[in-house]
Amino acid sequence: MQAGNVLLCGVGGQGILLASEVLSSALLRAGFDVKQSEVHGMAQRGGSVVSHVRFGEKVYSPLIEFGTADIAVSFELLEALRYLPYMKKGSTVLVNTQKILPAPVATGVETYPEDVIAQLESRDLRVHAIDAFGIAASVGEKRAVNMVLVGALSALLPVEERIFLDIVAERIPEKIRKVNAGAFLKGREIIRR
Amino acid sequence: MNDIRMMKKPGEKILLSGNEALARGAYEAGVKVASAYPGTPSTEILENLRNYEGVYTEWATNEKVALEVALGASFAGVRALATMKHVGLNVAADPLFTAAYTGVRGGLVVIVADDPEMHSSQNEQDSRNYALAAKVPMLEPADAAEAREFLRTAYRISEQFDTPVLLRTETRMSHVKGVVTAAEPEASPVTPGIEKMPEKFVMLPANARRRRVELGKRMERLKEYSETFPGTCVSWGDTKRGFITSGVASLYVKEAFPGASVLKLGMVHPLPEKLIRSFAAKVDEVIIVEELDPFIETQVKAMGISCRGKDLIPAMGELNPMIIKQSVTGVKESGFFEPVQIPMRPPNLCPGCPHRGIFYAISKLGVFVTGDIGCYTLAALKPLSAMDTCVCMGAGIGNAHGMSKALGPDALGKIIAVIGDSTFFHSGITGLVNIVFNCGNATVVILDNRTTGMTGHQPHPASGKTITGDPTVAVDIEALCRAIGVANVRTVNPHNSEECMKVLKEEISRPEPSVVIAKAPCVLIPEMKRRKDRKRYTSRVERCTGCRACLRIGCPAIEWVPLTPDEAKNLGYKEKQKGYSRINAVLCDGCGQCAPLCKFGVIVPEGEAEDAGR
Repeated sequence: MQAGNVLLCGVGGQGILLASEVLSSALLRAGFDVKQSEVHGMAQRGGSVVSHVRFGEKVYSPLIEFGTADIAVSFELLEALRYLPYMKKGSTVLVNTQKILPAPVATGVETYPEDVIAQLESRDLRVHAIDAFGIAASVGEKRAVNMVLVGALSALLPVEERIFLDIVAERIPEKIRKVNAGAFLKGREIIRR
Repeated sequence: MNDIRMMKKPGEKILLSGNEALARGAYEAGVKVASAYPGTPSTEILENLRNYEGVYTEWATNEKVALEVALGASFAGVRALATMKHVGLNVAADPLFTAAYTGVRGGLVVIVADDPEMHSSQNEQDSRNYALAAKVPMLEPADAAEAREFLRTAYRISEQFDTPVLLRTETRMSHVKGVVTAAEPEASPVTPGIEKMPEKFVMLPANARRRRVELGKRMERLKEYSETFPGTCVSWGDTKRGFITSGVASLYVKEAFPGASVLKLGMVHPLPEKLIRSFAAKVDEVIIVEELDPFIETQVKAMGISCRGKDLIPAMGELNPMIIKQSVTGVKESGFFEPVQIPMRPPNLCPGCPHRGIFYAISKLGVFVTGDIGCYTLAALKPLSAMDTCVCMGAGIGNAHGMSKALGPDALGKIIAVIGDSTFFHSGITGLVNIVFNCGNATVVILDNRTTGMTGHQPHPASGKTITGDPTVAVDIEALCRAIGVANVRTVNPHNSEECMKVLKEEISRPEPSVVIAKAPCVLIPEMKRRKDRKRYTSRVERCTGCRACLRIGCPAIEWVPLTPDEAKNLGYKEKQKGYSRINAVLCDGCGQCAPLCKFGVIVPEGEAEDAGR
């Protein structure tokens, strides 16, 4: 892969922006031109959040077009369906199986779809369902869900593991650095297996 | 708070957002004073700039003040910066239009951040129109690398042409990270100090008339300069179509039509007429691609050049390569997955947010609520549905007064204005004075959560600290309201809906102005996040009757679990019970607003569930 589009989506507060930053920094250090687009403000109050990361020799537009995401990483189960139009046919989708109820569901107005993974699998997509929350908890830091997913994603990218670990070391405060690196490696293992 | 990204050495490649790059550019340009009011998508410029050494930064009370501060710094002979979002420039328009007359001493740049698609705004404005109207040059970078470069150039233009310079960014520039090469800071050639120049700085009509003539000449010179602006470039390709474009839209054009001829304008006001003419002459068809208004198009048409533009390209919302491709070729793109119907995920007030409690009380009063701009505008959404207007910063107060004057005594007790604390300082005070002055009777609720919430917790005049965290005087909102002449000023705990309801009822029925200050800190400020005495709540779900009373406050930590009759029976509920609600322990912040809503004692503080009489 010499150029690519990675879409990260989920819910405000899940650490998607930090994950995007680690990803983009690693791609830059691996020698690519990178652009990463996100939206702040309203979007962060528990709303749906999406970040576009594009890399290659030269990147112009910061936005991924419909049908062109080579990899999608959904930090929350339902959000994977929301961004379906962006995913390229035949592409890989990493889905955290964690559910975060949207307000209309939490208040009993609507219901959370039961068959998200099946809906994804019924389409032309390579779906990896990942219990990132469980894995993060197993390394002792429930908030490291984002690093588990970055780890899983890293195994699909033309960037050396060492570069990612260096970036994690630089960007994450010392106190929680080790567990985050651990979460990253656990995530990476899942895809490499 | 130092960030490693700012410590990079000149020449090193770094990944920066457009806003981070603008901060870097300001530092490299030798900016000495920078003032701003936070507003998405502009906020991070100052938040980053405050970390650079040798730059004084501040959060101003509003954008007008920010620009006046920057202009003052320029008068004193240093390079100065004011940053704001598009609607902020409306507030700052007054000093801007006259600053165009006075010109500058030290370089002065105003960065304005537009928000096409209204990701986080109440309207969609094209700030390029201000450049035209105020007769001020405007630069428009397309990405982070250009942002840093253009800002440096903007200061040279400002000093060379004796003019403030506008730099337009937008969401997809400000919040897009790209690769930037850092450089050494430069010094302004201007010597700081006090210099009296009344014919230049005192805009009495006689002086202003002379400056107006200067301004006309300056724009002519800038028009010449625009022809050679280094950030404007032509890339030749297929000459069947020639695109004229600028900013982020130029990147979309390059992506959508990689082989086309493109004139990318880096300076969007004034336009380089000669360059446009020669470009247009060499291509079969000119298509102008710009986000929002037909700003370039109208002017190109006025030059007598035949072109297409908004007849093809949408004039509202964000563009992207696909929209441009479809608009130009008329061929609809397909081959991607169709969207599926799933529940929406609207933004929400946080668990533990003090706004929720007071708005629940307000919703119970059945009044008309004139609202304002901030996190609390989310109270307009279901289930609270407790806001009936939202126009601009400060508008709620004037609106309430206008409504009560329009309807007379009939409206007494039926209207409440709500405004955030930061918004109150921004533009609520004058509205409140107006109520007092004009014998109004509106009740104004000031939501004092000690911070500017929506934009990421910037301190404001009542926070007691500055942008850099240094201690300062905390303005006493209650004393301020009294000093203005409001006789009835009361402070309530917004987490206590019953108390809020009682006080509000008393105040709205008074035929005179009242202020109710709902005072409790935002749960996201560091002191609140660190607090140890938090007691989360839990629900004894076996007692839940499924009445849904707790759901009416719309707290994300309260979840409804639907049940089939069989499931209900198996869990020991009545068969007809449609479900039960429970508290998500991970999300609960322990504010306790929900507990009094449950008549069945289901919701209790953690630890009390077991011993509370089974």
